[in-house]
Order: sequence, then C-alpha cells, then structure tokens
Amino acid sequence: MPNFNDILILLPEFYLVAAACLLLLLDAFMKPEQRASLHWLSILVLLVAIYLVIAGQPDFTATAFGGMFVRDRIAEILKVFALGTTAMVMVYARPYLIDRQLLKGEFYTLMIFAVIGIMLLVSAGNLVTVYLGLELLSLSSYALVALNRDSGLSTEAAIKYFVLGALASGMLLYGMSMVYGASGMGGVPSLALSHLHDVMSYTTAPKLLVFGLIFMVVGIGFKLGAAPFHMWIPDVYQGASTPVTTFIASGSKLAAFGMAYRLLEGGMGDLSPHWQMMLAVLAVASLAIGNLVAIVQTNLKRMLAYSTISHMGYLLLGLAAASPEGYAAAMFYAICYSLMSVAAFGVILALARSGFECEEIADLKGLNQKSPWMAFLMLLAMFSLAGVPPLFGFWAKALVLEAAIHAGMLWLAIVGVVFAIIGLYYYLHVIKVMYFDKPAEGSLLQAKPDVPLRVVLSLNALSLLGLGLYWGPLLSWCRTAFGL
Amino acid sequence: MFNHLLSLLIWLPVVGAIPVLLAGSARPNMARWLALLVAVLTFAASLLLLLQYHPDAGGMQLVESYMWIPAWGVHYGLAVDGISVALILMTTFVGILVIVGAWEVIQDKPHQYMAAMLMLEGLLIGVFCATDALLFYALFEAILIPMFILIGIWGGPRRVYATLKFFIYTFFGSVFMLIALLYLYQKAGTFDMATLAALPLTMKEQTWIFFAFLIAFAIKVPMVPVHTWLPDAHVEAPTGGSVVLAAVMLKVGTYGMLRFILPITPDAGAHFAWLIIGLSLVAIVYIGYVALVQEDMKKLVAYSSVAHMGFVTLGIFIAFMLVREQGNTEMAQLGMQGALVQMISHGFVSGAMFTCIGVMYDRLHTRQIKDYGGVINVMPWFGFFYVLFAMANSGLPGTSGFVGEFMVIMASFAANPWIALFAAFTLIIGAAYTLWMVKRVLWGDITNPHVAEMKEINGRETFVLTAFAAAVLAIGIWPQPLVHLMDSSAMQLVRQLAVHKI
Repeated sequence: MPNFNDILILLPEFYLVAAACLLLLLDAFMKPEQRASLHWLSILVLLVAIYLVIAGQPDFTATAFGGMFVRDRIAEILKVFALGTTAMVMVYARPYLIDRQLLKGEFYTLMIFAVIGIMLLVSAGNLVTVYLGLELLSLSSYALVALNRDSGLSTEAAIKYFVLGALASGMLLYGMSMVYGASGMGGVPSLALSHLHDVMSYTTAPKLLVFGLIFMVVGIGFKLGAAPFHMWIPDVYQGASTPVTTFIASGSKLAAFGMAYRLLEGGMGDLSPHWQMMLAVLAVASLAIGNLVAIVQTNLKRMLAYSTISHMGYLLLGLAAASPEGYAAAMFYAICYSLMSVAAFGVILALARSGFECEEIADLKGLNQKSPWMAFLMLLAMFSLAGVPPLFGFWAKALVLEAAIHAGMLWLAIVGVVFAIIGLYYYLHVIKVMYFDKPAEGSLLQAKPDVPLRVVLSLNALSLLGLGLYWGPLLSWCRTAFGL
Repeated sequence: MFNHLLSLLIWLPVVGAIPVLLAGSARPNMARWLALLVAVLTFAASLLLLLQYHPDAGGMQLVESYMWIPAWGVHYGLAVDGISVALILMTTFVGILVIVGAWEVIQDKPHQYMAAMLMLEGLLIGVFCATDALLFYALFEAILIPMFILIGIWGGPRRVYATLKFFIYTFFGSVFMLIALLYLYQKAGTFDMATLAALPLTMKEQTWIFFAFLIAFAIKVPMVPVHTWLPDAHVEAPTGGSVVLAAVMLKVGTYGMLRFILPITPDAGAHFAWLIIGLSLVAIVYIGYVALVQEDMKKLVAYSSVAHMGFVTLGIFIAFMLVREQGNTEMAQLGMQGALVQMISHGFVSGAMFTCIGVMYDRLHTRQIKDYGGVINVMPWFGFFYVLFAMANSGLPGTSGFVGEFMVIMASFAANPWIALFAAFTLIIGAAYTLWMVKRVLWGDITNPHVAEMKEINGRETFVLTAFAAAVLAIGIWPQPLVHLMDSSAMQLVRQLAVHKI
C-alpha cells in the first residue's frame, strides 16, 4: 500500500502536478493584464522543483509504489537538467510569444505537464510507468506543437507528429505485450523492469523476448529521433513555433535517453548482445542521414533538426557500448546536447521579431556587424555542436567515442569521427554567414533588448565554453550515478 | 612566481584578448595599444622563460601539473624543453610583429583582428608546452578557430573557400589522431605523454597509430600530397594571418611529430622512414619546381614553405635511418638539430617574406608578379630588406636559411649520398624561384605607372622588417646559442629513436 514515504519520494512530481493545476486555475481567473505574471510564476515553480529534486535526493536508490517509481542519481541528474532547460526555454520564449500574441497560460501549463512526463519517464521502474510518462510527455508535446493554431505549418507538423507518435507508441506497446507474455503474465508487478531483468536468466522464451525487444527499440528510436525513425523531426522542428522546437530539442532528448536506459539496461540488460548491434546500426544510420542531409538545408531550424538526428547517433554510440562508462558518456552527451541546442535556438529566439522568424540561414547574414555579441554566442554554440575543442561538445564526443572503443567497437568510433568531419561543414557555414558575409540590404537583424533573455542566453552559451574548460565535476557526477 | 610562468605565457594573451575585444570598434586605437601591450608583456615573459630554462640540465623543466579531469586522469600538464623554449620565443616575437604590422592596415573591426591574433598566440604557446596528450589535442584543434576567423573576415576575395578548406582539411587529419589517443588511453589509462612514450605496443598497433598521427601532422606541416590547402589559405589570408600561419602554425605539425611519432611509435616510424624521406624529397624537388612557375607572389612563398618544411621532416626521419640502420647517433643528432634550426629559421624567413609581400600589397593591391617591376627605384630601403630575405629564403650562407639546410644535407649524405643529392637540389631551385621573383619585382624599369607612385616604407614597417632581419642574420651568423638551447633536447630525441617498444 502507498504510504507517506512513497509520497515523499514522489514529492517533486506531486508538487509539480499541484502547481500546474493551480497555474491553470490562476490563468482562468486572472485579469488579462495580470497574466504576464504567469510567466515568472511558472519559472519559479520549475526552480522550486529543481530544489525539491536535489534537496530530497536519498543517498541510496529509493523506490515507491512497489517499484513502479525509482528515484536514483540518474533520475536526479536528468530531472535537474530537464527542469533547468525548460526554465531556460520559458525565459527565451517570452518576448517571442508576446510578439505573436501566443503568450497564454496553456503554453506554461503544457510545458509543465510535459516536464512531469519527463520526470516520470526517467524514474520509471515498470513498463507501465514508462508508458505513462511517455504518453504524458508526447500528448503535451503534440498540443504544444499545435500551439500556433492559425499557422498551417504548425498544424501540419502537429498532425504528422501525432500520427507518427501514435504509431511509435503502438509499436512500443506491442513490444511490451510480447515481453509481458515472456515474463509470465503475472499482472502489473511482472512488468517491473527489475523483474524483467530476472526473467532473462531462466526464461524459456528468449525468442519472444527478443521479438518484443525489437519493437521496443523502435519506440526508443522514434523518441530519440534516430534514423530510420527520424521522419517526424525535420517537419516538427520547422513547423512548431521556435520555443516549442527548443523544448523538443532539449528536455525531450534527456527524457529519451532516460527511457532508453531504463528499458534497455534496466529491463533488458541481459539481452545486450542483441540490442547493442541494433543501436549500432541506428547510430550509423543517424550519423549518415543527419549529417549528409543537413548540408543541403537552407532553413536553420530544419538544419538543426538534421543535426539533432546526427547528435542522437553519437548518443547511441555511448548507449551501444552497454557499459556503465558508456551510459555515463551517453548521459553526459544528452546533457551537453540539451545545453547546446537550447543556446542555438535561444539565439534564433533572441533575433526573431514579429514578422521575422529568423529561421533561414541567410537571415543571419552579417550578424557580426549588427550584433557582435549574439554572433559570438551563436559561434560558441556552432563550434560546440561541431565538436571543436575547447568547447563542451568536443568532450562529450570524445567521451562517447572512448566508450565505443572501450566496448570493442573501434569501427563505430571511426564512423563517428568521419561523420564529424562531414558535419563540420554545415556548422561552419552558419559561422561563415554570420561573420564573413555583409548584412543584406535593409536587414532587420537586431537582438531583442529583453534583459532576462540576454543574461540567461549569455550564461547558457558561455557555459559551453566554461564546461569545455572544466568538465570534470559534471563527468564525475554522471559517473557516480552509474556507480563508477 | 616562476612556478606558473608557462601558465602565464598561455593565459596572458588569451585573457588579454578580452579587454581588446571589449574596446570595441568605437575605440580602435585603444584596442591596438592594448593588444600591443599584451604582446609585449608576453614577449617579456618569454624572455624570462629563456632565463629560467637551463639548457645544460636537459629534460622537461618548469613543470606544472594539476589534475584537470580526475575521472579520466587528464592533467593540466605543462613543461618545456629546449625545443619548446625556442618555439615559444619565436611565437611571442612574431606575435608583436604581426600586431605592429597590422596597425593601420586593418581598418575593419581592428579590435576583433587583434583579439583573434592574441588568442591564436596564447593557444600556440599552449601547444608547445602541453605534456598531456588530451590537452595538446584540445589546443591543437582550438588554434583552428581564431585562424578560421582571421582568414574568413580579413582575407582576400576567395577567403570563404580558402578558410573552409583550411578548417575542414586540418580537422580531417586530427580526428584520426583523436581515435589513436583514445586507443592509447585504453591501454595506458592516462593521457600523460611521458607514460604513453614508455608504453609497449605491437608493430601492428604502432603502424595504425603511426599513420593516424602522420595524417594529422602531415596535413599541418604540410607534406606532399596533403599540402593543397596551404597555397589557398596563404593567398587569401591577411598578411598577419599568413605570417603566423607560415612562421608558427606549420611548426605545430613538425613539433607534433617530435612529441608523438618519435616517442610513441618509434618502430613504426623507423619502418616507414623511407616513406617520409621520399615525400620530403618530393616536397623539396617537385614543389620547388611548382614554386618556380607561380605568378602570385604569396603562392610562390607558400610553395617554397612546403619545400622548406620538407627539410624539417627529412631531418627528423633521416635521423631514424641513421640510428636504426647505421647506429650513427652523431650524424643523427646533426640531422635532428638541422631540422630544429630549420623550423626556427623558416619561421623568421617566411614570416619576413610574407610581411614584404604584404607591404607591397598594401600599396598596389595586387600580388601578381607581372604587375610589379622596378620597385627598387621607388623603394630602395624596402628593396634592401626584400633582397636580404630572398637570399635567406634561397639558403645563402650567413643567413639563417643556410644553417639548418646545411646540417640536414650533411646528415643525409651520411645516410645515403643519393638522398643528399636530391636534397641539395634545393640550393639551385630555391635560388632560382626566389631570385627570379626578385628580379621581376624589384629590378628593371618601371612599366606599371602605379609602381611609380609607391611610397617608401614608413617607420612602422621598417621596425617590423628590421626585427625580422636581425633574427635572420643573428641565427645565420651565430647559430651557436640557438643550437646550444636545443642541444640536450635534440640528444634526448635521438636517444628515443633507438628505443624498441615491441
């Protein structure tokens, strides 16, 4: 039976649910001119949640509700960064949403519900919780993508996302049902990931398990956006309003890593020889498709979408190693990627104004003359994404490459660096446009004077340099989570 | 305070770049003077380094080592030997000259230009004193960023093509080195270069690692056939960019060979020495001929750089041949020293040549040889310097260009007279392409009316050229201090060549 202790373990989640409901009510009863305060309230809610996550972290792995929910270091780190990047997205989004009359309560509550989904997902101890978290996150995301109702592109993207997402959820569920069959069909407790882990050793139906596993990998691949399950990414990234894209490119990726880790290592760890190869294939496909297709993009958001696909390829390099070092490297990569993509999209948000989305690469022409500081921040983000030292992105890449070599997959590491060279081109192209081209006639480029946006964005981009110079503590933190 | 002298040398220009950048485009003069101040202070610090370094003691000195990333055992490790000290001195010396050289020339965003130069200088110094392989790699790659910006913003008409080619080409080489380093980390559990040097490796491993290192450094040197980025980068780069590129950045490649290929893969290095020697000879002879037909002055000097760097790689790998096949350590040491002297000498000579071309370019805005002719009539002092550096470039005794080449040819002769014969070709070809260019640019009658309007060099340019001339003549006439500085380190390198690691 649930007791008080269970509730304490879930305190941050309960608190967020309550806060989100309260925000919904406030939004309904507030006078329109007071609604602006919702923005700061939502950020405060997220910051308090970060505090609750860190302060309430037990020294050992705690489980609640009969193992449905796991609270360990891995969940703690992922939650802190998911909450943090979401708060950053809110700060960056405000001026953009005001310009477009999209600053509504729904945006904030949907974001918070999506974060709750992330938190459940990364703490899942049971297939049911995995599915619950995933659906909460996905449904909130579909609605967020469709936030700009009047835009045909947004609606199209939302429908695509929804249809493909539903298909992927179906696949995942089908895989889970197979696994359930192999696990002895003992009701909800037999769906616990720890139970599945035990089943592996004495199961009589390994074929059934592997069959289920394949469908679960499809679900994971979809959530990560790894090729060949990447079809939704470019359209959604381009079609969604930029703040929503930023969220999908940051917090969502942390969730996808958490989900992959829980399902693959937590539930199917003993089948690792099977899924290692599957992930390696997904990694190579993502690296190839992401990097090659990104080269020809002219739309910055779409280019960053393909860049996401390639980055998920690198993340899979760490996961495919199937070792604690590999998981630590992959988690480090997920954190690094979320910080980089928030910074890159943040610059787009800072430059966009009403009637000017700043989403074509050519829109950035001559940014160094118009706004040298924004150009510099984007330069940091681009070099970091490209993996040029001393920026943060390089170390994350080095870590996953090392993990792959450690796991005896030298060939995979070589494929990884070859595509890093190819990928370099399109990031350099953005820098070229900003620094080497003259501003276009009547260029509208101008950074928003919004102070919180500028301060947080500057700190965000400079953190890529700072963490690049001193990434030891973050790595140690990630490694302790995996018992290293 | 001397405990952190190396950190000071790295961080002073890097951090000093921030106030220069903050001075902004509104206060260009403040940015210029600040940059000069930082460069002079860095040079002063490097002189202090020279005083602190004991050449006779040998080994790595002024060691700084702090745990940087405990989980990976990465150290922030710095130390210098004689080779590093010489290269750092050259870097800081050239650092001042490029800033003075760009004073009025760079009118577009001078603060960013100066800041990028300082950043570059600090990172290059870092490369020359890193003792941790991962730190070395990070700095080795990071120098691409300011150089990319320098060529891309202030370069010539095809700057975008040139700078992208430069960046991607160099990046291409170095990622394989990263894989090799990560592999070595698997075996040794550390990135400390001294530990990696002592790590036993099978021939198969050494061969793979050797080629991974080789591709990284060969592109940087650059060696034939991966030199094609250099002429483009040089032609399009602003004068200061070309000077730093030729004088310091190319040395990073050969320095890397000394620090990685020699100690970590000595057996593979000895086994494939013939390959490097062959490629070096191709660089010396064939690229010499290529330089002969160039019509663009910068391209000509760029190709002559490839040929001269061929001497450095020849000197390093001829030492392998001498030690492993003949046990002739004395000659091997001569070859190694020749390579080291050539590295320093080429830094000054090529830097000076590019400065001279820059001086002419600022007046006439063309680099085509055919647009000039009779420059000596209007710029006699400039002519004096130009001829001096041209002589040094063709290896005339009494200039620094002679010393290193002579030592390498001597060592080659001991190894195999045929190698020496081909290497000695440079004395003819080098003289041919350099002096022919001088003839067409300086001498003769003025045919282009614009040449008649060219003004004599001003005080600032005279200062820069005099400084280069002093260095070129000092090394040429009295190389002893430089050789002494690097003597024990060269000996150490030669000793490493004999170590079998299998």
